[in-house]
Amino acid sequence: MEKRAHISGWTLPLLLILPQMAITVVFFYWPASQAIWQSFLREDAFGLASEFVGFENYVFLFEQPEYYRAMVTTVIFSTLVAFFSLACALLLATQADKNIRAGQAFKTLLIWPYAVAPAIAGVLWLFMFHPTLGTLSRPINALGINWNPMLNGNHAMTLLVLSATWKQISYNFLFFLAGLQSIPKSVIEAAAIDGAGPIRRFWTVIFPLLSPTTFFLLVVTIVYVFFETFGIIDAVTGGGPAGQTTTLVYKVYADGRLGGDLGGSAAQSVILMIIVIALTAVQFRYVERKVQY
Amino acid sequence: MVENRPFAQFMAYLTLALGVVIVAFPVYLAIMASTFDTATIINGNMPLVPGDQAAENYSRTLFYGGMHARQPVGMMMLNSMVMAMGIAVGKILISILSAFAVVYFKFPFRKTAFWIIFITLMLPVEVRIYPTYKIVADLGLLDTYTGLILPLIASATGTLLFRQFFMTIPDELLEASKIDGAGAFRFFKDTLLPLSLTTVAALFVIQFIYGWNQYLWPLLITTKSSMQTIVIGIKMMITTTDALTEWNVAMTTAVLAMLPPVLVVIFMQRLFVKGLVETEK
Amino acid sequence: MAGVTLDTVRKIYAGNVEAVKGVSLGIEDGSFCVLVGPSGCGKSTLLRMIAGLETISGGEVKIGDRVVNQMEPADRDIAMVFQNYALYPHMSVYDNMAYGLKNRKTPKDEIDRRVKEAARILAIESFLARKPRQLSGGQRQRVAMGRAIVRKPQVFLFDEPLSNLDAKLRVQMRVEIKRLQRALGVTSIYVTHDQVEAMTLSDKLVVMSGGQIEQVGSPAEVYRRPETRFVATFIGSPPMNILPGTVEGPGRVSVGGQSIAVTDMREGLTPGSAIEVGLRPEDVQAGGAGASSLSMDIDFVEELGATQLFHGKVAGAEFIVQASTGQLPADTRNLTLAVDPGNVHLFDPQTTKRLGRV
Repeated sequence: MEKRAHISGWTLPLLLILPQMAITVVFFYWPASQAIWQSFLREDAFGLASEFVGFENYVFLFEQPEYYRAMVTTVIFSTLVAFFSLACALLLATQADKNIRAGQAFKTLLIWPYAVAPAIAGVLWLFMFHPTLGTLSRPINALGINWNPMLNGNHAMTLLVLSATWKQISYNFLFFLAGLQSIPKSVIEAAAIDGAGPIRRFWTVIFPLLSPTTFFLLVVTIVYVFFETFGIIDAVTGGGPAGQTTTLVYKVYADGRLGGDLGGSAAQSVILMIIVIALTAVQFRYVERKVQY
Repeated sequence: MVENRPFAQFMAYLTLALGVVIVAFPVYLAIMASTFDTATIINGNMPLVPGDQAAENYSRTLFYGGMHARQPVGMMMLNSMVMAMGIAVGKILISILSAFAVVYFKFPFRKTAFWIIFITLMLPVEVRIYPTYKIVADLGLLDTYTGLILPLIASATGTLLFRQFFMTIPDELLEASKIDGAGAFRFFKDTLLPLSLTTVAALFVIQFIYGWNQYLWPLLITTKSSMQTIVIGIKMMITTTDALTEWNVAMTTAVLAMLPPVLVVIFMQRLFVKGLVETEK
Repeated sequence: MAGVTLDTVRKIYAGNVEAVKGVSLGIEDGSFCVLVGPSGCGKSTLLRMIAGLETISGGEVKIGDRVVNQMEPADRDIAMVFQNYALYPHMSVYDNMAYGLKNRKTPKDEIDRRVKEAARILAIESFLARKPRQLSGGQRQRVAMGRAIVRKPQVFLFDEPLSNLDAKLRVQMRVEIKRLQRALGVTSIYVTHDQVEAMTLSDKLVVMSGGQIEQVGSPAEVYRRPETRFVATFIGSPPMNILPGTVEGPGRVSVGGQSIAVTDMREGLTPGSAIEVGLRPEDVQAGGAGASSLSMDIDFVEELGATQLFHGKVAGAEFIVQASTGQLPADTRNLTLAVDPGNVHLFDPQTTKRLGRV
């Protein structure tokens, strides 16, 4: 895409773009390249000297069982949140898309959790499911489950999944609703004339037509779980108990901040960058297809 | 819809109402908790109707703070507000200027510049935290508003959004402006900016929420409690041992922390939806 | 006010695409010049080069006696009406018209006077406070014109200004533009692909094709004596019929074995050589039997109300005859057409140039 008409001169545009360029280079490219560089260095305990160690940090990383555990945790966490937040959002969106009165009001009532900070969302759910004072802990204990997310890794993960899903539903709902509303009514009417009932219509016509939206939301949700849930994890479990809810991103933070292992942390950062780039590339392929479509 | 059967309608209402209840319940509990004293909450039998400590909780939280944070939450909100406004305004400013340059001028390395900005989409703060921290520390920006704001205002989203919007403006408007004797600055001020107002507002709403809800970055670079933002502050209140957690203060803080961004979403819903849908390409 | 002079003006786009191939043209002060041609013929590019919206790859553009090649559009003292009007959507009608004057630091009361005067002339006084989106297509068109005339420029440039209007409004605005131009006496250059607009508006008609000028002249000249087969078939509706023929001798050609006399014929053409014979549908007389005549088989008749179009074949080629309604019975199958020697146009089949008297 290109404009036909331009304004002449090139000092002005360079000045206009300078602030963004400066900030981008100083706070994006420089740190990113530092991360790559540091991932090949090892610092001594005081951070006074460092030596080039090649891929040693990476090798060491992949020798650690904790790293694999963080990977598995991340995968489980993303899969669960993606599944539940997409499913709930789709269910709510299909209902809101029916021509019911108060549809707009329901929309407003469903989208505001987007505005809640992840850390706050975590705190809200922690309060609700707190082992001793949580309003919902008592009924769970009454069922014979010894509910304690502070001590039980599965319980902790459940709590994280619930809070992360809760926050992401609104976003997915909004996009699903927009997707549903962009499906031409005539297509659905044609399916009805072809004898498909409401449920059949949904799975054979509506859902396939929504697949670009679904795919897009899947990628966005995975990126969300990878990065933005940091606040939830830090506020609710702090990666515990015993590291059972430490995701890849949380491990970068914890290893660098708490462990002081900057080289290892940097190597993890680099791996994360590769993952983000891969996810973004996937997303662009989809965007490209959408453009051609 | 094709059919409007009463049963389907009923199910729709039911599902949505259930959804709203589930979505709202955690927040409802927080609001309730902000109306009781600590003892009532700690014993695990908090009633589901409001108590009588609301005034006490809110005034204490806002102006005094909790036992552990020792920092009035009002102060934290001010910090959050400065950070959120700074990020939103800063991002809009630098991205509208750079989009203007990229779309309306031809200059050397234009494509390169665009790609340099574009690739930052792939570098979220989380993947480069320590090196970024180090730079901010070297620049002496720890515990400053500048340090909180500056590293977060550069990103491709704003530039892409404005670029996309500028591309929809007919070329003839620039040509008409040229004939009407308007230079680059006048065209920007008299035509481009007024036409971009909705886009600016939509981006503002999204970026305000983004800024207000920042967690990792302020966690890293603020050490002084006077620079704490509210989202960090609440975490400080609950990480101490259970018995000492002042849950009423924590939940009051949570309610206060949610208030500004949630109000923005509810009252500027149209702009919010526009911003959300359009920043995601 | 000033005339406009183009001297071998060229436009070469990236990739060596030559959109305008050395156009020279003089437009007299105060005249109404229309550039007409099919889309892609370079007419808009030419106009935009005069406006300063496209750089000039070669040659020279003069407004009055100033060479404007390197001047900014704002400094050329021109005003332009765009196809999509390009009104500033966020400004009121008043501000749209005043903007160019404000940028030129015109005193406020002077701006006010000029805007009000333009609004009066265009009968848009009651819309001055409205935004463009609250106006109909015709009203927007008037505002775009108003924006041009408040500036009192030396030249008006129009880029297909009527093509976004419906047919009825187009005719109405066409008349208004002509009247306005007469009243203001400002040199105007008008680009269109519509040959009716071109014929009715212009003092000077410029027919373009493939980046070059095909013919320049008054509308009557271009219509009566087209210089190329392209011009002959482009100007006039329905288009001129072109029949294959051969040269018989001085002043005579034959079409399908039927001999026709021609007044305007190049001397010294070789008898027996091929030639194209052009006849306008309105120039042949049905039913007459003169010195030269053609026989035509009719396929069908189109009723246009006042006239009828008889479609058929003459000497195996498609042919259209226009006749007043009632002049011929609608079920006519065969016609004999009388051809006035003065109305026959001859073209070279190779060069497509007119083979008239030198």
